[in-house]
Amino acid sequence: MKLFHYAAPHNFYHLAGRLWPWLALVASALAVAGLWTGFMVAPSDAQQGQAYRIIYIHVPVSWMAMLIYLAMAFWSVLGLAFQTRLSGLMTRALAPTGALMAFLSLWTGALWGKPMWGTYWVWDARLTSMLILLFLYLGYIALTSAIEDPRRSDRAGALLAVVGSVNVPIIYFSVQWWNTLHQGASVSFTQSPRMASVMLTGMLLMSLAMWLYAVAMALRRVRSLILVRDSHAAWVQQLPEVLALRALRSAA
Amino acid sequence: MIWSSAAEFWAMGGYGDYVWGSMGVSLVLLALEVLTTHMGRRQALDAVCEAMEADTEEVHDEQQRVHASLGPARMNPLSSGASS
Repeated sequence: MKLFHYAAPHNFYHLAGRLWPWLALVASALAVAGLWTGFMVAPSDAQQGQAYRIIYIHVPVSWMAMLIYLAMAFWSVLGLAFQTRLSGLMTRALAPTGALMAFLSLWTGALWGKPMWGTYWVWDARLTSMLILLFLYLGYIALTSAIEDPRRSDRAGALLAVVGSVNVPIIYFSVQWWNTLHQGASVSFTQSPRMASVMLTGMLLMSLAMWLYAVAMALRRVRSLILVRDSHAAWVQQLPEVLALRALRSAA
Repeated sequence: MIWSSAAEFWAMGGYGDYVWGSMGVSLVLLALEVLTTHMGRRQALDAVCEAMEADTEEVHDEQQRVHASLGPARMNPLSSGASS
């Protein structure tokens, strides 16, 4: 099957190289469209005035923080089940973007909380579980970079990613399960959205942009990880980009 | 257009600090991520070049070792002593 063909790092290296520039391009275009819709077309909110516009960054980064962790858990399950080398590399490539998204979720949330609730931070279920998600990302990065042997490092990271993923539904449902300061979901799987369609359009455009951005970053990062891990392999040493840099280095 | 002036846009109805603090920091950190990922590519290519240099040195060492182990046999003092 084609999927297993691309599970080989050297095939995936080339696929990722072809894909990421297009994803980055479409992500940029969608972000421009989303920001224009959100800041130039959408009206102000009846209750929250102009402060609600933080939604156009806060919701996309929060969704991505959760989604990227689930993607890491997905790759980890594949890695633990099939011992594919690519799984560990993809999990590793996703983690920094996930950590950034989790941090931005907390940052933009704090700046939204201050004018709306009167506080930057409260130890309630939604905010605390998102902080735990940030620590899970940082823990994953620390753990995998502390173990030298790539196989053991990938396995340990995979276990953390899978076990930690129970936190994601806790974040998602925290606003229903506990009494929290955080507002309920404006967009859910089961109900029609409780917001004006132009606001929703801006938010969805930004979410799609952030999703494609995250994929583009992960693909770009995984290519570097593949290069380093396979740096003694003939296919890497014969890549045109490697030969070009080698010629440049020997000339200098 | 929903704004009557640029000043009104930047003021964000008095919430300017919060809105632009969110958007600005997000933009800066995303740009930093793009930059570090770009530099990571360069570092990875450098690491491959260093690995190649290490590999060729290893091959060189191996050849020297083979050469050295053959060397004394050819200049064996016993065999040279026997001929004289």
